[in-house]
Amino acid sequence: MLSRVAERLYWTARYLERAENTARLVKVYSYMMLDLPNGVGINWRQLVDISGAHEHFDRNYRSSGERNVIKFMLSDTDSHGSLLTSLAMARENMRTTRDLVPSEGWEHVNELYLFARKKLGAKTLPKDRYEFLSQIVMRCQQITGLLAGTMSHGAAYQFVRIGRNLERADMTTRMIDVGSTTLIAPGVELERLENRLWTYVLRSLSAHQMYRLYVRRQVRPERVLAFLLQDCDFPRSVGHTLGEIASCIEKRLPHNEEPLRAVLRLQRLVADANVEKLHTEGLHDFIDRMQLEFGDLHQQISGTWFSLELDDAVKPQ
Amino acid sequence: MEIDWKSYDSGEFYDEMISSPGNPRRAARAIAGYLQRLSAKQLGRRQNAADLAIAEMGVTFTVYSEGTNIDRTWPFDIIPRIIPQTEWSGIEEGLEQRMTALNMFIHDIYNDQNILKDGIVPEKLITGSKSFLPQCIGASPRYNVWAHICGSDLVRDSDGTVYVLEDNLRVPSGVSYMIENRGITKRVFPELFRKHRILPVDDYPAHLFDMLASLSPRPLDYPEIVVMTPGIYNSAYFEHAFLAQQMGAELVEGGDLVVNDDDCVYMKTIDGLQRVDVIYRRVNDEFLDPEAFREDSVLGVRGLLRAWRAGNVALANAPGAGVADDKVIYTYVPEVIKYYLDQDPLLPNVPSYRCENKLQRDYVLANLATLVVKPANESGGYGMLVGPHASAAERNKFAGLIKHNPRNYIAQPALKLSTAPTICGQHVEPRHLDLRPFILQSDRTYVTAGGLTRVALRKGSLVVNSSQGGGSKDTWIVETGGN
Repeated sequence: MLSRVAERLYWTARYLERAENTARLVKVYSYMMLDLPNGVGINWRQLVDISGAHEHFDRNYRSSGERNVIKFMLSDTDSHGSLLTSLAMARENMRTTRDLVPSEGWEHVNELYLFARKKLGAKTLPKDRYEFLSQIVMRCQQITGLLAGTMSHGAAYQFVRIGRNLERADMTTRMIDVGSTTLIAPGVELERLENRLWTYVLRSLSAHQMYRLYVRRQVRPERVLAFLLQDCDFPRSVGHTLGEIASCIEKRLPHNEEPLRAVLRLQRLVADANVEKLHTEGLHDFIDRMQLEFGDLHQQISGTWFSLELDDAVKPQ
Repeated sequence: MEIDWKSYDSGEFYDEMISSPGNPRRAARAIAGYLQRLSAKQLGRRQNAADLAIAEMGVTFTVYSEGTNIDRTWPFDIIPRIIPQTEWSGIEEGLEQRMTALNMFIHDIYNDQNILKDGIVPEKLITGSKSFLPQCIGASPRYNVWAHICGSDLVRDSDGTVYVLEDNLRVPSGVSYMIENRGITKRVFPELFRKHRILPVDDYPAHLFDMLASLSPRPLDYPEIVVMTPGIYNSAYFEHAFLAQQMGAELVEGGDLVVNDDDCVYMKTIDGLQRVDVIYRRVNDEFLDPEAFREDSVLGVRGLLRAWRAGNVALANAPGAGVADDKVIYTYVPEVIKYYLDQDPLLPNVPSYRCENKLQRDYVLANLATLVVKPANESGGYGMLVGPHASAAERNKFAGLIKHNPRNYIAQPALKLSTAPTICGQHVEPRHLDLRPFILQSDRTYVTAGGLTRVALRKGSLVVNSSQGGGSKDTWIVETGGN
């Protein structure tokens, strides 16, 4: 399998997942802003920080009110992280790997992009924002399911899985980071506020129901942290995504030593995390460290299979 | 839209199907009768079925100027173009002869240059040609064959003579349409295939694969063959992907390949570097290797020419093969055939005027209104003047161009291109067409049974290029023996 093709499939999956997560995030965040008392320390600006593209935002927007932030998150085609950019990139990558992907896969991605462009291209943002975002999430899921159900699970598919899970892990940690916000709300009981915030974190990852089902206890920060970081069964928990990536790399791909080592290191970091302690201090730094490790894992994957920069890979057979 | 051949008249033009109103040619008699028996509704339904099949298969052709809408379907006319096999075998022989001579010519030009020393072709024509690549001097590809895949354009004049209009020895395209067109006709007119003996065309990818494999520098059972494309924005990307798929070869871009210190070519795979033996490249010479040709090329592979010259990889077609499809060199092909094979050409050239010759140039300048003027180094119908259809301003512009750079132009009388019945809205009308057969050559030669028939869909138009509003037809080589 050509490295370029592997790389494009990987990015197709990453961008699709990113689009889905962005839609989910904006939707839940919008609800949360309606729900939390004013001045509590959570604002629209934090959504920009979660997306990781604050530099672009600061250069191009004067205020960080709802309108600007939503535009930035959904329809700003100059921003790397916007929903529309993600869908455009997913489409570009898939267009050039069409021969490896079931043709319905390409058709759905193409239609999804055209749908989003039409909705977001108008001067004003969609009035039915929630409905629109729900549709995006659903259609992304549909594509994921279509690939899982109709594409051979050979090397090509493994790169789709790796891309999807790495992007998912990345977003889950970004969401967890929201929980590290210091809440200030005179007159309201801190614990109640905290619980409400963490409930939104769960919701933004579609994790609330599964949390209820499996943890079965009241929402508390350390329990949510354990669920989102260490649970091996919930598909959006970091522990689960890392397990998926490890299995793709270990079972199906050649020359896998370096990338595998990077995943194992991440798995250990997550397993060893002391959630009780993290909750009260150092959560933000911990998340920062995870982000760096994700970056390193990407470098290992890219170097081994995409750009063949690493010594082992370049040797001709 | 019921067809009545009695009211079908191609006038002064030779028609491929109907010799005079109401009289189909012998090889086309059965199909003409069949079409006439179809009701308007039936005929319309079949054209619709064909259009649907095309959309489904994704037969698309990119037109650069369309910006982001890069996929556009290419019109297909369901009435096939019929050629009797007895006539075709003569054409086939002529094409084989022509290719053999052209390959001997290219090899001679890059090695001994006997034909120049003997004064048959003027030396300055070669050294002054953009398509002569000094970087290729002294190379000797396997079997001394340089142009492995050729698409020659044939046209028929009003007296029925078939001429070679041009040879495409660089990266000729269109063969995938030939194959897909046949697939569509089989779906639309299955019953006709039972009644006729029509030579198949879908074995082309297998022949292409065998030819490419025969070029492999390593004696392997499974040489690594790749199709190299400039990428998704190239007008023929669909075809590159199609041929790669049909041959089971990898479709690569320049960035997928690398030439190592051992002067061998490798492709970057998730298993590491894998040696490549044969490259069917659909990237033009000048972009092939930034080390040897255009430095700014991002489509090519650094060191590719080096690897090819070292004999570690086969390139089809070999770089520099285009020296023989320059339109000025074209005018010398009859002499070239005579020189190398000591034979008379079986297929005639269109009579041509060389603008570099003063007498001929003066004639051309005085008769622009009746001539077709072509630049030496363009393809796809770009940059040419069709005198009878041009405005005075366009003719003046070309007069200037010719005077400025006479070496770059030839002129030919405007041929009365033959026609064939074509569905145009609610009627069947004659439309002009040409034919591009594909010839494969290594130690053996293979010619497709027929080729790609391109048809000018605009009434009276002679321009059949897909980039300029042309369409295509299926081409049937029909056995008539015994009837």
